[in-house]
Amino acid sequence: MQAASSALHTLNLTKHYRNAAALTDLTMTVPRGEVFGFLGPNGAGKTTSVKLLLGLARPTSGQAWVLGAPLGDQGTRRHIGYLPELFRYQGWLRAREVLSLHCELAQLPRSSWAAEVTDALLTVGLEDRGGDRVADFSKGMQQRLGLGVALLGNPHMVFLDEPTSALDPVGRRDVREIIRKLKARGTTVFLNSHLLTEVEQVCDRVAIVDHGKVVATGPLDDLLSSKVGVRIRATGLDREGVDSMRRFGRVVEADGWISIEGAGADDVPELVAEMVRRGARVYAVEPQHESLEQRFMSLLGGEKEETTWTP
Amino acid sequence: MDAVMQASLLGIQPRSVWTITRLTIRETSRRKLLLALLVLTLVVIGVTLFGISKLKTISDTRPLTPLEIKAITSQILILVMFMFSFVLALSAVFMAASQISGDVESGIALAILTRPLSRADVVLGKWLGLTGLVAAYISGAVVVELIGIKLLTDYQPPDPVMLIVYLVAETVVLMTLALLISTRLSGMAGGVIALGAFGISWIGGIAGAIGQAFANDTITRIGTITQLVLPTDGLWRGAVYSLEPAAMITLFRAAGTAGRSASANPFFEANGPPLAYVAWVVAWIVAVLALTVYSFRRREI
Repeated sequence: MQAASSALHTLNLTKHYRNAAALTDLTMTVPRGEVFGFLGPNGAGKTTSVKLLLGLARPTSGQAWVLGAPLGDQGTRRHIGYLPELFRYQGWLRAREVLSLHCELAQLPRSSWAAEVTDALLTVGLEDRGGDRVADFSKGMQQRLGLGVALLGNPHMVFLDEPTSALDPVGRRDVREIIRKLKARGTTVFLNSHLLTEVEQVCDRVAIVDHGKVVATGPLDDLLSSKVGVRIRATGLDREGVDSMRRFGRVVEADGWISIEGAGADDVPELVAEMVRRGARVYAVEPQHESLEQRFMSLLGGEKEETTWTP
Repeated sequence: MDAVMQASLLGIQPRSVWTITRLTIRETSRRKLLLALLVLTLVVIGVTLFGISKLKTISDTRPLTPLEIKAITSQILILVMFMFSFVLALSAVFMAASQISGDVESGIALAILTRPLSRADVVLGKWLGLTGLVAAYISGAVVVELIGIKLLTDYQPPDPVMLIVYLVAETVVLMTLALLISTRLSGMAGGVIALGAFGISWIGGIAGAIGQAFANDTITRIGTITQLVLPTDGLWRGAVYSLEPAAMITLFRAAGTAGRSASANPFFEANGPPLAYVAWVVAWIVAVLALTVYSFRRREI
């Protein structure tokens, strides 16, 4: 059921290269129309996943359906756009010719090509460079062209593999804008990225992948736990008073601050009331928020000790 | 999995094949390699025609008779055609050997192969494009050379059409092999392997002819096997045969056993390839193309 109705559904998708496991038991569902972020450090298995889903590589085991069709279905590719991480297009062709070629390969009706090409150039901000040879393009412009190629023919689903790797801040903002427009149009977007900010700003849901395994998946808000801790600067609290804080969370004392890890913003009134009841003088209360980056690092099993407490 | 594979193997889409064919022709014709080949060919044609035009006055004592001129011309023509076929084999190998590997390594293949076309479409398209270029080049070069010779000496080889067919087939065989290798190895490695095989086939052909002359079955068999495994030399001999004036062959036959060793000379052939051999070559090309499609389908990008 999920296989047929969702944009993407995988079941224990696994890929082993000779000795190394590039992807292990990937099971996930991406509903249609969602902007889905596939987040992980370099070498986590993101590109491998996309290549499996697009039929460029074969899974060692497991199954997957894209737009309701099993992996490798040729007809489905009519409705899929793809910007590879390694974006390269025929340098000897002009940008316009590359786009026309892909209109032809995507089997779009010939009458629509001219409009599609013009539209794509405009969307990615290359409207003045359509007649130039791709070989003369900068990396960033080539990536813009690749994005244009991926958008041809209004695909139902677009795979973007690190779409801003060669772009400047303006280009990054443009890509975010394009992704928002795709979402408004109902296109499913599968965004591969190691950039948290990129994912944070456009994705409905994310999966965090590391060493070929998905370590967390869900809406961003859920992944970013709000109950990280509360930091309180107070004086006059005796030992017994400090101990009484333990029912709110793990207590750490340092530099005149008492940190109660695991407590949330909801606990603040009760916490403060308890402290005051025990005769403490409270100078400052700071609920802690874990940034996506910290969450990311902790999920990846990074150095938890180094997780900094920031207001 | 196999059922899916067979279905799309049959599901070759002529439209997509044609797109790739045109792309391959455009891409290859703008390479400097092709320009160099063209200039080189024109130089060779110019030099040989100039040389042949001077044949009449080559002897100090008396001018050569038209018959002598024709005899010499026929032999020069064989050497020129050998040079054509050799240079073309080199070019075809290096054009084909980077076709698939080059696209995969550069990343161009990523965007193309995720379009609704099969890998068979890509292989066939590239093969057709290269075959078209090879056929156009050989036809053009041979026709210009033969017309020049005809005008200068009134000599015309017995079967110019078959000459073109054999030369094209020889090059296409080697190009197909290079294309197969390019599904797995980089352009340089593939080119070297294909050229090595070409050389072995050539030597194998000579060895086989020597074996035949001295009735040595083992060596004859080696020759036959190399001509079957890689039919470039067999086809080259077909080309030579179609260049050989009837008088030369009669002379050779009259010479009997002693003359038979002339066959060890890769520039002489008394018998055209049998029809079965031609059928074998067609089957060989189809089989290697099928293998190329299979290998490319198995290749992970």
